[in-house]
Amino acid sequence: MSAQQQRMGVAAWIAVALAAAILGLLIAAPMAMVVGQAFSKGLGGWWQAVTDEETLRALRLTAVVALVAVPINTLGGLAAAWWIARFRFPGRRLAVALLDLPLSVSPVVAGLLFVLLFGTQGWWGQWLQARDIKVLFAVPGIALATLFVTLPMVARELLPLLQSQGSDADWAAVTLGASGRQLFWWVVFPRMRWAVLYGVLLTAARALGEFGAVSVVSGHIRGETNTLPLHIEVLYAEYHSQQAFAASSLLVLAGLLALVVRRVVAARLPKGAPHVH
Amino acid sequence: MTPTPLKILCCWLLAMALATGCGKSPDSAEAKPLRLLNVSYDPTRELYQEANGEFIKQWQQKTGQKLEIAQSHGGSGKQARSVIDGLQADVVTLALAWDIDAIAQKSGLLPKEWAKLLPHQSSPYTSTIVFLVRKGNPKAIADWEDLVKPGVQVITPNPKTGGGARWNYLAAWGAALKRGGGDKAKARAYVKALYGNVPVMDASARAATLSFAQRGLGDALITWENEGLLAMQEMGPGKFELIRPTVSILAEPPVAVVRQNTEKHGTTAAAEAYLQFLYTPQGQELAAKHHFRPRDPAVLAKWAAKFPKMELFSIDEMMGGWAQAHAEHFADAGIFDQLLQR
Amino acid sequence: MAGRAKVPRLPGLGLSSTVTLLWLGALALLPMAALVIQAAQVPLGRWQAVLADPRVLSALGLSFSGALVAALLATLAGGLVAWVLVRYQFAGRWMMDAVVDLPFALPTAVAGIALTALWGPDGIFGSFCKQFLGLDVAFTRVGVVLALVFVGLPFVVRTVQPVLADLDAALEEAAACLGASQLQVLTKVLLPPLRPALITGFSLAFARGVGEFGSVVFIAGNLPNRTEIAPLLVVTRLEEYDYAGATVLATTLLGGSLVLLGLLTRLQRRPGQS
Repeated sequence: MSAQQQRMGVAAWIAVALAAAILGLLIAAPMAMVVGQAFSKGLGGWWQAVTDEETLRALRLTAVVALVAVPINTLGGLAAAWWIARFRFPGRRLAVALLDLPLSVSPVVAGLLFVLLFGTQGWWGQWLQARDIKVLFAVPGIALATLFVTLPMVARELLPLLQSQGSDADWAAVTLGASGRQLFWWVVFPRMRWAVLYGVLLTAARALGEFGAVSVVSGHIRGETNTLPLHIEVLYAEYHSQQAFAASSLLVLAGLLALVVRRVVAARLPKGAPHVH
Repeated sequence: MTPTPLKILCCWLLAMALATGCGKSPDSAEAKPLRLLNVSYDPTRELYQEANGEFIKQWQQKTGQKLEIAQSHGGSGKQARSVIDGLQADVVTLALAWDIDAIAQKSGLLPKEWAKLLPHQSSPYTSTIVFLVRKGNPKAIADWEDLVKPGVQVITPNPKTGGGARWNYLAAWGAALKRGGGDKAKARAYVKALYGNVPVMDASARAATLSFAQRGLGDALITWENEGLLAMQEMGPGKFELIRPTVSILAEPPVAVVRQNTEKHGTTAAAEAYLQFLYTPQGQELAAKHHFRPRDPAVLAKWAAKFPKMELFSIDEMMGGWAQAHAEHFADAGIFDQLLQR
Repeated sequence: MAGRAKVPRLPGLGLSSTVTLLWLGALALLPMAALVIQAAQVPLGRWQAVLADPRVLSALGLSFSGALVAALLATLAGGLVAWVLVRYQFAGRWMMDAVVDLPFALPTAVAGIALTALWGPDGIFGSFCKQFLGLDVAFTRVGVVLALVFVGLPFVVRTVQPVLADLDAALEEAAACLGASQLQVLTKVLLPPLRPALITGFSLAFARGVGEFGSVVFIAGNLPNRTEIAPLLVVTRLEEYDYAGATVLATTLLGGSLVLLGLLTRLQRRPGQS
């Protein structure tokens, strides 16, 4: 890369400036506004807002949901990517299509899906209600909706990588007598941990911030089934815009934290490790 | 640096413990208190926050029972749908009778004649539709006719997505009908002109209030009286003026016990007492304090300065009730859809 | 399988297929089946009635065309951003890299509120556009597209970036040395290998845009027949307890974007695959 460093001509600077302008106007400015509003009553006002009892409860629920969604979708994503990239089987293309499907489903519709399944008038609503099992308007429903919208994140990162890497190294390991477990931990995982991490971060970010789908299945019970994004909306609607932005700044912070994690791990990996064929 | 399954598992368990541990409420330790869930609509947050505290105190004094009241707020229609789909509401306190009718019809969770179970068609407080304008009333808006003048921008939410917004629409319709001596063609022309002046149609009443008050959109906001008074209080005095038109609609937000749910939870007595409490002088005081017009004439008289007398028509006398109003105006290809056709 | 002669294969077939089938079946197939079955139960006449409504048609038109335009803009802008991030070293590069992912984490509703505040008639950028360009951004179709570019941009950047990083810069230099113009380098050397990634990014941004709700409702203005988006109509139907209508709209939205995505995948596969 250092070779290019010396050659940054006028055209290059224009490109950089243009990119900076796009990101600045479109993304950085709204973020700056959120953070600015969050601290509009000083650090004390911000602290007071984020340590509010209901905000903490919402934060806790959001964290629990993310902690359910991330491991399940990571395991599922790993399995799906391995299966689809390394084996031929009937219905393989269907599996790929199904994997991508949640990305095309409007969040609002995603919420509707679970109402159709678990609502009183849905498929299993009566059965669940007779046994007093709460899915909709309780934590399981929120977790399911979040699982659905974050479903493809890890798999999408891994599948192209596995496909482009090819299976030569895997075959070599197997021929040399590696067991399945050895193959995974010594050959497969080290070459894709970067992508796994990125997928995990994306899943976590989306799980923390999901609004539309969760809004349909939450029931909006204060301090119980309001996730952080839902609670932010409540605060904003209650004319507490500073508190709402303070709570939002937590999510911006989480996004930045994820970035730092990525940089730290990147620094520890051997140079050029990510995206190597 | 290679993560092992064990390491990952440990990290996850630690995070999970942290997440579930922090802010853990102590309620699991002692005897479980009785719990009510009040499923309500947006503008009642402040009212029920205070009313719940009062009622919990009273209930404990009277029965010695510990009571907890959980609140859920959202758009009236959305909330009703959640109850139909299984949200375990003990009581519903919504924006319009149509939504509780829907619960009764579609789920049978409460009897169809629910409105007769409590006084005043089960609405313990009322409100009406008024205008909020900017300080000094620069566009000189005094009554309904002024809203259709060219150059006046009116903010009102979409009546098809918000229960509160249906009251706005019907108030405009009814007022026009009254002025025109019952001429429906005139009312149509008026409402069409009115919605022609609307630059932004928010999805809910509160969103419309925020557009007007916080984002500075429009010259006039059509809103519930309680919502307007609250906005003036929250956004600081002197920024807006409340204009009461000569004639408007009597908005009756209803309440009801969701009988089947309370029987399952064993909360029927508490739920009934809770709604009765709203009719007591103390409950009526709280309603008035939070900008709803009390039903109790004595309490209303006390707050007469805040709630001046207005000529109000009810939805039953003007539109023949909610079912008819809905079929005529808000159903697919109803009058509202026709008026917005370009 | 049992009867066939033993063909050597990689380990993990049983485990990975079982986990995938359970995972996809429970979380994707089952909910989608619920939607399809619900949609199949809606009589044909109802489908026609819902979809013939001019208001519905206008909303669907806006959702699809807005998402297409936004995805196109996001692809152009995202391609440029990815290029700059990969090819140039400059102060503040890591900050630019950081900013890209933020729309993923922020709840869409918050993003909508912030965008509306900035691009509204009284906002910093909104008043500028109005004064110097005579252009209203918020509460018009321009605002809808803006919000959709916001949600779509990270998808494009993050799909193009790794592929671009893998491309050898020497290739471009060689082409330039051999006398190719900058335009030729772009179209002949850069675009062919980038094409699949660009199309994937475009598809992702488009798919996300068609269904986007939270960030758009604030900035759109939601005027029927003008700035109302289709997902809002789904919500409207639900508010009216009209599950059949909501299902029809949901299925149409999904079917429409799947057809378009299918066309795009075809486009992606055609050259270079054989």
